[in-house]
Amino acid sequence: MTDIPLTEEIRSDWLSPGQQKNIRRRYRADRRLQIYGLLAIAMAILLLGILVFSLVRTGYKSFVQTKVTFPITLDSQRIKASDPGRGNYRVIVRNAFRALFPDVKGRRPLNDLDKILSSEARFIVRDRVVSNPDLIGKTVDFTLPLSDPFDQLFKNVIPAELLALTRQEVGNFNSLKNRNVISLVDGSTVLQISVYIDPSKVNSDDISAGNFEALLKEGLNVYFKGRIGSSIESILAPDAASVIQKVVEADPTVIGKVLQVKVPVSEYYDTLNKGKIPVTTNPRFSSPEQIKHFNSLVERGMLSTPFNWELFFNSDSRFPEQAGLAGAIVGSFYTLLVCFLISFPVGISAAVYLEEFAPKNRFTHLIEVNINNLAAVPSVVFGLLGLAVFLGFFELPRSAPLVGGMVLSLMTLPTIIIATRAALKAVPPSIREAALGIGASRHQVVLHHVLPLAMPGILTGTIIGLAQALGETAPLLLIGMNAFITSAPGGILEPSTSLPTQIFSWADSPERGFVSRTSAAILVLLGFLVLMNIIAIFFRQRFERTW
Amino acid sequence: MDTSTQLNTELNQQHLRPQIDKQLEGVGDAALKAKIEASEVNVFYGENQALYDVNLKIGERSVTALIGPSGCGKSTFIRTLNRMNDIIEGCRVTGRITLDGQNIYDPGVDPVQLRARVGMVFQKPNPFPKSIFDNIAYGPKIHGLASSKSELEEIVVTSLRKAGIFDEVKDRLSEPGTGLSGGQQQRLCIARAIAVSPDVILMDEPCSALDPIATARIEELMDELKENYTIVIVTHSMQQAARVSQRTAFFHLGKLVEEGETETIFTTPKDERTESYITGRIG
Repeated sequence: MTDIPLTEEIRSDWLSPGQQKNIRRRYRADRRLQIYGLLAIAMAILLLGILVFSLVRTGYKSFVQTKVTFPITLDSQRIKASDPGRGNYRVIVRNAFRALFPDVKGRRPLNDLDKILSSEARFIVRDRVVSNPDLIGKTVDFTLPLSDPFDQLFKNVIPAELLALTRQEVGNFNSLKNRNVISLVDGSTVLQISVYIDPSKVNSDDISAGNFEALLKEGLNVYFKGRIGSSIESILAPDAASVIQKVVEADPTVIGKVLQVKVPVSEYYDTLNKGKIPVTTNPRFSSPEQIKHFNSLVERGMLSTPFNWELFFNSDSRFPEQAGLAGAIVGSFYTLLVCFLISFPVGISAAVYLEEFAPKNRFTHLIEVNINNLAAVPSVVFGLLGLAVFLGFFELPRSAPLVGGMVLSLMTLPTIIIATRAALKAVPPSIREAALGIGASRHQVVLHHVLPLAMPGILTGTIIGLAQALGETAPLLLIGMNAFITSAPGGILEPSTSLPTQIFSWADSPERGFVSRTSAAILVLLGFLVLMNIIAIFFRQRFERTW
Repeated sequence: MDTSTQLNTELNQQHLRPQIDKQLEGVGDAALKAKIEASEVNVFYGENQALYDVNLKIGERSVTALIGPSGCGKSTFIRTLNRMNDIIEGCRVTGRITLDGQNIYDPGVDPVQLRARVGMVFQKPNPFPKSIFDNIAYGPKIHGLASSKSELEEIVVTSLRKAGIFDEVKDRLSEPGTGLSGGQQQRLCIARAIAVSPDVILMDEPCSALDPIATARIEELMDELKENYTIVIVTHSMQQAARVSQRTAFFHLGKLVEEGETETIFTTPKDERTESYITGRIG
């Protein structure tokens, strides 16, 4: 048949040990590659899991709100039926709440008691009365939010009492105990200390003017070898100096000698020495009595934690228990609407021109490169541009969704253009040929055939671009959308915040309630992002066609 | 073995002989009434020249086959006939191509209208991802051929009938055209081309993506269509050229080597290259 000889050199021995080794090595390489991939995916999922877990852990408590239910008499003396909005609700709510605690007397204790209730409570009562004036003159049960510290206390976020001593302070005290200089005298803890009654500090002529504090410090210094500081000085009770003073007064001859004295230690160390853990009231609360009042509310079963609808229906507030996301959500909606209305038509037009009509020359190539570069420009730069051009030159309103949307559309434009061009490229040329072949003009080809087929890809790209814009913070900060605005915007020209800037300003607030609300707001933002991506997937699958 | 004898034997073996003889009756150079006339056509893709001085007459109401090895310029040539090359960037056409005596490359000629008069069917069936009805109705709609809905329906039904696919799809006109089989899709594309009532139908390897049975149906269809339309077909299959065409043009390396009656080309080719190609020595 054939003249070509099949020499042994050409043939491979597939069963030789060398070949077997080669094959095994290949399989190992395959497995390694698979393992690397799996590890990478596991890592990504783990990090995402940690993120979501930590957000949920701190944020879930914001989805409920601690409230107290008690009857309020809507005194017709204080509320005019003709103008229910201007009644003295502060006094009405305050008196009704004070009525729950008839034993509390005095200005300060009553003030502390008032602070348990949210200071916005009166507005909730007012709004309900305004919407239903028939309530005037009746006694109605209201469910009103507690102020933030008590909300956090009820949710176990913050403790009522804190440890009074740090670990270092306890360590210092224990080192004194180890030296056997701590003892109990008459039920109170005392520290034995050697004090040199320095004549330069204590004058025998006027003992009461002597600087006994300084003497004490020097005595303590012996034990702590110069490490003396406020945390060590706090070991001694405030009256320790007077104990020495009394000794010296009783026997002025000790001046100039070293004196062994037992001085009392301060209250917390006394407690510690007696085997208890010294605690102090959390400084977020005004007084221990406040906590007692709160506990009595808990015992009476007047507190409840209903779902926190206020988080979604209230706008921002100085008080975390009343702060909500409504303004931010509406602001973000308007911003994205403006962004979509600008970037969608402009982006598609630009992409269609570049992909379907533009000649392929150096100039269009330059445009393409620049569009791709635009996508990589840091968003804060667009914010500066918006600040300089839209606010500075055109004098558009500050903090307005209109300007926010315009700035964000600069960011989404390149994304939409790139996605649209990719989608247009993916439409098979056979469809264009088919349409051209029966005499469709170029715009008919594009409008009737290419664009509808590219639409799923375009919409996906657009939604991803908008999702990006939804989470963008920096440019909005620069045009003032992080302002403190307590009502939802009524239009695109009114000042407003947006979800990311709201998160930014809450994250900056010191109140504990804002910590969990920040996490909750991030969860809401993530929820919207997931929703938008689901819509993108839906569009992709719904309109995807095969050819 | 002598080449032409071999081909004849092959054709006879495939029982195609009588069919070809029948088709060739009454067709001769003298009887050729040219629908399309190409003279001195050169096509350039940027720097590269794809066609060199092509002169070809295409007879009215007949099938003209363009054959040749891959890359010989036959597809390029067929695409110059309805100016589909216009959309390719850097493509330049010189020379004259007349349709009914008018140069289609005249500045006054609208390529969009021209493509309605010179329809095209492509290698791969490419129905629009729309319903069967919309596939056919699209052309008449954009050209304003139907003044009412019933008229449009009539055009659709007539076109589907002419393309021999009506009986297969009459119950599912609203289903997507892409759901049909390959052969049905190709006939749908032919119906779509017919719907705008062209004079000429160009077919660029219409059967290369189809199985033999679907191919046979398309070939039968071409035979029927040539009664009313001028058909130009590019094909890789010499048997197909022999079966369906009255005239054949052989292209090689961008040049028109030989053209004439199909029987002559296949039995007594004048040029050595034609002979080499049809006997399978180049290609």
